[in-house]
Amino acid sequence: MIFTIAAKDLKSLFASPVAWVVLILVQLIAGYGFLRRFDDFLNLQPQLLQLSSPPGFTELVAAPTFSTLAAIMLFAVPVLAMRMIAEERRNQTMVLLTSAPVSMADIVLGKFCALMVMLMLILALIALMPLSLAAATRLDYRLIGSILLGLTLLAAAFSAVSLYVSSLTTHPIVAALGAFGALLGMVLIGEQVADNLHTRGLGVLAALAQVFSPVKNLEPLGKGVIDSYAIACLLLLAALFLALTVRQLDARRLRG
Amino acid sequence: MSSLSLSTAAAAATLRADGLSRRFGGRAAVDGINLELKRGEVLGFLGPNGAGKTTTMQMLTGNLAPTTGSVSICGVDLLASPVAAKSHLGYLPEVPPLYRDLNVAEFLELVARLHRVPKARRATAVNRASERCGLGDVRRKLIGALSKGYQQRVGIAQAIVHEPDIIILDEPTVGLDPNQIRDIRALIRELGNAHSVILSTHILPEVEAICDRVQIMHHGKMVYADTIAELKQLHNGRTLLLGLNQPPDASELAAIPGVASAEPLADNQFRLRVTPNADPTERIVALAAQKQWGLRQIGPAQTSLEDVFVNLTRHDAS
Repeated sequence: MIFTIAAKDLKSLFASPVAWVVLILVQLIAGYGFLRRFDDFLNLQPQLLQLSSPPGFTELVAAPTFSTLAAIMLFAVPVLAMRMIAEERRNQTMVLLTSAPVSMADIVLGKFCALMVMLMLILALIALMPLSLAAATRLDYRLIGSILLGLTLLAAAFSAVSLYVSSLTTHPIVAALGAFGALLGMVLIGEQVADNLHTRGLGVLAALAQVFSPVKNLEPLGKGVIDSYAIACLLLLAALFLALTVRQLDARRLRG
Repeated sequence: MSSLSLSTAAAAATLRADGLSRRFGGRAAVDGINLELKRGEVLGFLGPNGAGKTTTMQMLTGNLAPTTGSVSICGVDLLASPVAAKSHLGYLPEVPPLYRDLNVAEFLELVARLHRVPKARRATAVNRASERCGLGDVRRKLIGALSKGYQQRVGIAQAIVHEPDIIILDEPTVGLDPNQIRDIRALIRELGNAHSVILSTHILPEVEAICDRVQIMHHGKMVYADTIAELKQLHNGRTLLLGLNQPPDASELAAIPGVASAEPLADNQFRLRVTPNADPTERIVALAAQKQWGLRQIGPAQTSLEDVFVNLTRHDAS
């Protein structure tokens, strides 16, 4: 069932120009960033060779390219997710799913999977940029793997938050702006609150606040450090908002 | 005999609702409705706008939680195990839930998947539903490009593609032209043979034409429930409408053997209640000629359901 709904949502994602525009923009931005850094790297190479243990291509070109993607996802995910629930409710097509023998959790997970497939596609296309140089230079596959894991988890967290906001309104644009605001708020405030609580010695609260600072949780993975608490935080954020989305849709059935 | 028919009726009940109520804020949109639907029965759901028909249907299909009451579908409690109960349902809401960027065949295929129609049977189910609803020649067209009437038909096809036990149609003939309405009525009648159908409408002839039973809702309450056959017998056969140019007193008409009562209407017309098993028509015609009442019209009063409907729902509307 989850697969059926995911396939349906992917289809309608690609039937509208939104997915294509997002794909094009992401490729342009990431592609430009990659070439720019690659150029800098080539220019800097003579100086780098004088260092005792110089940072390689992966650290200087691949990693920053991927971290651009984290910033791009901040607006791309809300735009991709905006229609998923808001428009189904606006066009009153949600009834088709809620009248079928399908649980609310299946519906939400189906939509979540559709978003993740789309984001994995974007991630794969961007991963191809540094990987295309695999024959020419030595790549640090462990670092790349760790970054990709981090970005996947970040995509999951962003998707869950965006889906939740999309379930709150029937206006796709409002959903996109709301989700963007929520994510930006988490990135800006969540981190600060976590740091602040930590310096005051409120360890438990700081740990809790860290759940809501997704980009901060990406940092260790971005450096190749597998920080299990950061991974748990990202997973927790995704699970929390998926559960909230199910609850929100159920509440609509209860409240009318 | 009667106990036997009662037990088979109970066994064949596909949908039961007991004491179904729904409040929005302080207002009761639906108030204590009981409903029972048997296999092979078409139930007409009548009521003026805002009577609570749509709210009731939303509750019967699990799209809205009732404030109190229970719904059981083919013996499965809808509130306790919604997924199992919903597998017996096909629902066409007021606004047909259509994905405009899919074509008709793709859409019906998706609905069949959602309703867990096995892969081997899916193509047949889609073909059958589109043929039944007259969608054969638009199967490859995008739903968004279809006319309102065709979209409505896709909506009906969507409700029947998985051959559900219970089909719930909220105003299925809205937006159709007269020919299409006739097709759809024939289809609903045909569906009523093997499935149970509930349809809501405010078109009275529609109910008389296709329903076995009628329930009239008003202000969230069920104010009338009877079979169409009984309704017809009660009001159609036993009431005469009489028009006279020089009418006598109503009491003189009531005195005619076979007439139970005579009620004067506007424009020198009378509604005569006929005593059971009597046909005073000939006698009235003979008397009218003899006493020179100027007979211009005599016949059974036909607007039976409309009368019931208007009587039940008019008085407090103003």
